[in-house]
Amino acid sequence: MSEPTVQAEPNRTQIGSAPAAAPSAHDSTVEAGLELKVRSQWTYARMRFLRHRLAMAGLIVLIIVFGAGIFANYIAPYSFEQIDLTNVLHAPTLTGHHIFGTDEIGRDELSRVIYGIRTSEEVGVFVAVVSTFIGLVVGAIAGYFGGWLDNLLMRFTDLVLTLPALVVLLTVAALLGQGNQWRISLILAFFFWTSVARVVRGIFLSLREKEYVEAAKAAGGGDLRIMFRHILPNTLGPIVVSATLAVALAILTEAALSFLGFGIKPPTPSLGVLIANAQNNPQDWWLTVFPGLMIVIIVLAINFIGDGLRDALDPQQRRVRA
Amino acid sequence: MLTYITRRILFSIPVLILSTFFCFAFVSLAGDPRQNLLANPRYSRVHYHMLAHQYHLDVSIPVRYWYWLQDVFTHKLGNSLLTSQPIWPDLTRVMGHTLQVIVIAETIALLLGIAVGIYSAIRQYSFFDYTFTTISFVGFAMPTFWLALLLQIAFTDIYLKWHVRIFYTSGLNSGVTSSTWSLDRLQHIGLPVMTLSIISFAFYSRYMRASMLDVISTDYVRTARAKGLPERKVIMRHVFRNALIPIVTVAALNFGGLLGGAIVTETVFSLDGMGYYFITKLGQLDVYAVMAYLAVTAVFVILFNLIADVLYGYLDPRIRYE
Repeated sequence: MSEPTVQAEPNRTQIGSAPAAAPSAHDSTVEAGLELKVRSQWTYARMRFLRHRLAMAGLIVLIIVFGAGIFANYIAPYSFEQIDLTNVLHAPTLTGHHIFGTDEIGRDELSRVIYGIRTSEEVGVFVAVVSTFIGLVVGAIAGYFGGWLDNLLMRFTDLVLTLPALVVLLTVAALLGQGNQWRISLILAFFFWTSVARVVRGIFLSLREKEYVEAAKAAGGGDLRIMFRHILPNTLGPIVVSATLAVALAILTEAALSFLGFGIKPPTPSLGVLIANAQNNPQDWWLTVFPGLMIVIIVLAINFIGDGLRDALDPQQRRVRA
Repeated sequence: MLTYITRRILFSIPVLILSTFFCFAFVSLAGDPRQNLLANPRYSRVHYHMLAHQYHLDVSIPVRYWYWLQDVFTHKLGNSLLTSQPIWPDLTRVMGHTLQVIVIAETIALLLGIAVGIYSAIRQYSFFDYTFTTISFVGFAMPTFWLALLLQIAFTDIYLKWHVRIFYTSGLNSGVTSSTWSLDRLQHIGLPVMTLSIISFAFYSRYMRASMLDVISTDYVRTARAKGLPERKVIMRHVFRNALIPIVTVAALNFGGLLGGAIVTETVFSLDGMGYYFITKLGQLDVYAVMAYLAVTAVFVILFNLIADVLYGYLDPRIRYE
């Protein structure tokens, strides 16, 4: 799958392997080209990530696709609601005006897909940020203090696990969704935070017993300071990974909700809405294929980036890749 | 073991009550199901108000929930709010259809997934491994409904172009009824089964591969090799059997979730199963039908969670429940 990530720290091995490089003889190491560069953990993580070929490919694809979404107004050849009645249900052509074809009232499919990317990426990023934030705070408090909040959190997770997520989401979206993009995003965020919370809680639970936390306490550090200055940085690796993957999951879930008619409703063009809309003309394949293909590309790219981040940020937890 | 099972079941009762109560509140608040009846100009107002009284729409939600709970036990989940028909016969009918589809789909996916997983693990980083890795990554990134739609479009096209009927693309029978294992039925469920097995296969093959690789790197496999066992015997007797344990439990969990119906797939193919039933009733805001579905689904999920845990303990003697 991926080439093995380099885990050894090259500089240290170089110094170690050069017998002349005694700690005092700094000049000689410089002469021998064995300079010691101080690198932080983040530098190593960045280096590992940049060497992860699939992740880099995913990142480039994602930048292009999301960039197109952000600058939809400038890039899309038409507006997403501009009607061209002379070209209704026009098949995709490479020579004509509508590369991805047109829908049943002559709207340009390429433009609609580009605007759809914008909606989907907004949903994905919003859900990832909000759910990660909620999960971080709840998980940190539950893991650090334990007690009733911890109990409540775990029971709530049990509750959510009782029913398949899609079923609960559909039920809630039927009441509160109203087909609005931001309402749907909020609902998704309120269902996605539990997994982050559990990860953060686990790390806090194990780290709060460590000596360095005790030392910080002895030095007079307050609870908040210990939580956010001393323990939180240790959770950042897993959190960055899970937030990245949450973007993909949110985009997929939103598409499914919209397809079933309980998510975002037209005229807002999300990728799921476009596919749902295509069902009025099921035999005009391009209306179904292109938005779906875009979802696959986005999710694939994000999953690769997530894998790369996991390998980069969490080298000691590098299990056999599932 | 018996005390463990009893305790788990007892513990799941409050969880079940809480989760159904929340869902009940959400569906009840989502809107008045009688709206649709009012659309008929000849519909009598008297009946409208009678309905409210008969179905306790005029009392508070906790009280309604209490009435519903009584109905569940005394009247087999009660009657539908809109059609006044008993829910239980409908639910058993759709459950039969769902069961047929998912048993076939999961069997295919499990057998293929395990076989491919084993081979990919033995020949790690081979062409075979890379091919199926790519397939499952695309499988993870693909929205289920999109895959279903693509299959539907393809097989409709085949029928329209060459007039060959391989699979039907919607519904459950051509005529009024057909027996469970008739050719006609199998042609109808072919595409839903294909959709579900592709998605599940992507998951199982990766899971089996990871599980195999985990076991291959253990000490007892090295011992088996060191004492000179033929590789075939090492893989089949020592690795395969142990690698199977986690996948059996995951399959049990997955099956429990799927018993609630593959909502998206069934909707695409208008298959008269659990998921399609749920989506239809949720769209109509038929509270009691939706709740009946939710209750049954939740029981399935809890039951199969328990089965998965018990199975794990049975298959892996290292695990003991106290």
